[in-house]
Amino acid sequence: MNTEQRIATRVGFGEEIVALGKENKDIYVVDIDIGKSCKTQEFRKELPMQHLNVGIAEQNGAGVAAGLATTGKIPFVVTYAVFGSLRMAEQIRQEICYTNLNVKIACSHGGLTPANDGASHQGIEDMGVLRTIPNMRVVMPADYYAAKALVRQAAEIYGPVYLRFTRDAVPVIYDENQKFEIGKAIQIQDGSDVALIANGDTVILAIRAAEELAKEGISARVIDMHTIKPLDVDCVKACIDDIGKIITVEDHNIINGLGSAVCEVAAESGKGIVKRIGIRDQFGESAPYERLLAKNGITVENIVETAKALQK
Amino acid sequence: MKDISIGELKDRAQDLRRKALTMIYEAQSGHPGGAFSAAEIVTYLYFKEMNIDPKNPEWPDRDRFILSKGHACPIQYAALGTLGYFPEEEMHKLRKEGSMLQGHPNMRKCPGIDISTGSLGQGLSVGVGMAVAGKRDGKKYRVYVVIGDGELDEGELWEGFMAANAWGLDNLVVILDDNGLQLDGTTDEIIPHLDVVKKMDAFGFETYDIDGNDMEQVVDAFGKINASSSGKPKFIDARTVKGKGVSYMENQLGWHGKAPNDEEYEIAMKELGGR
Repeated sequence: MNTEQRIATRVGFGEEIVALGKENKDIYVVDIDIGKSCKTQEFRKELPMQHLNVGIAEQNGAGVAAGLATTGKIPFVVTYAVFGSLRMAEQIRQEICYTNLNVKIACSHGGLTPANDGASHQGIEDMGVLRTIPNMRVVMPADYYAAKALVRQAAEIYGPVYLRFTRDAVPVIYDENQKFEIGKAIQIQDGSDVALIANGDTVILAIRAAEELAKEGISARVIDMHTIKPLDVDCVKACIDDIGKIITVEDHNIINGLGSAVCEVAAESGKGIVKRIGIRDQFGESAPYERLLAKNGITVENIVETAKALQK
Repeated sequence: MKDISIGELKDRAQDLRRKALTMIYEAQSGHPGGAFSAAEIVTYLYFKEMNIDPKNPEWPDRDRFILSKGHACPIQYAALGTLGYFPEEEMHKLRKEGSMLQGHPNMRKCPGIDISTGSLGQGLSVGVGMAVAGKRDGKKYRVYVVIGDGELDEGELWEGFMAANAWGLDNLVVILDDNGLQLDGTTDEIIPHLDVVKKMDAFGFETYDIDGNDMEQVVDAFGKINASSSGKPKFIDARTVKGKGVSYMENQLGWHGKAPNDEEYEIAMKELGGR
């Protein structure tokens, strides 16, 4: 692990989509006038015949992508998480998921990562909203390498996928040899006293919390649950059966994201205890990213405290 | 382009109306008004103009038809059933559990449906995507999109019009079924659209203004479109009558989404040239 190196996951997306587009002429990018920010400029330059920009028109972008997909294309609609989930939500439902077309929604600016932009640009409900639409898969990579691998996976499997990236640089956790499978969690380390299940930009917090806990003799299993739908139910059940104490961590509203998905499994199993750490059902503001996380208790310290409390 | 006379096309339009009415009557649910206003347009496209193969509904080079005003689908189902996209007995199962003929068109259940619709304002964008793919792939197919005039309230349509102009989609034909009524009232009462033809001229379309229930005028407009070399997307303001062909339904708000009873069904079938 090279946690000194920091790269925004949108950069991983921007690089991988160019590689995919060169390999397969059916890969399209549908930009919504924020290609520069979402890192599709290289794709636009290298592969202009596989690129479209619909302008500032998300709803049309989703529909155009559906139309492209009916002809065998594999379009990636590229925008920010807040617009890609909410402004085009019903178009995704009607023309992409109900039709089960092969469209990918690839969004930068997930969660609180567009920190200085303020609440209007912080997509904190996106994964929850899209999780409730049949046929949709919902994925948030934890780092640059995860982003590259999961973008490639999304292109290779048939059907709608929502991919969420960070605006800001996040520490590199993996390397290019790490294998990823949509719907299959990654156990970063095993442990016996508590399971920390995180995704996206909070995976690094779980890793660091586990390091702190180890110093105090508490053994933590750390899970990167990059896909919240389809959830890796077997992984969650194993955490319940093996450990019974779970903390979820996410840069998303605490309602209907990763924590909720894990709770659904735990509640139905009738076993285990789950504590959720996430955005406390409140809007963000313009502020440093770490400050916004701290205001919601999405910190190494809070994960450690919560884990210790669970041991009593 | 199929060899069929104007007289035969007119008869076929009435035949499709009778079939659509029977579907709605048997289902005791559905939207006759907007189905009947679009009958001539749908008939012309399916029985004369479109390059399609009912035995191969997913033929990649086929012309595409999108009924963006998806609630009018019984008229499209009548065309598809008559052409043999599915067995005619399916037409008795409109809106029934397990049926391929959903209340609004579903491309995964019904052969010949190029995209699922039903949520207004969304069909055009999909058509724009199909049309731009056709251009990029060097395909000759056209995309026909039928929209409703109430549907013009939806902003996404105007996003789609701008993209069609931006990308020079001369393989896209948008037909406005301009029947003047939407669910809660006339379009003039709810949201007037003013001079739609002028608007569409300004949006970069080649425009036509016709009586959309007059088969001669429909045939004439498409003749001009087929001869055009403007390089622009096409727009037809097809001025129509909601409920066209049934005296008690014509221009009546109440027949937007209502099924006829036994007596009304008998009267309507007679007026539409049935037994």
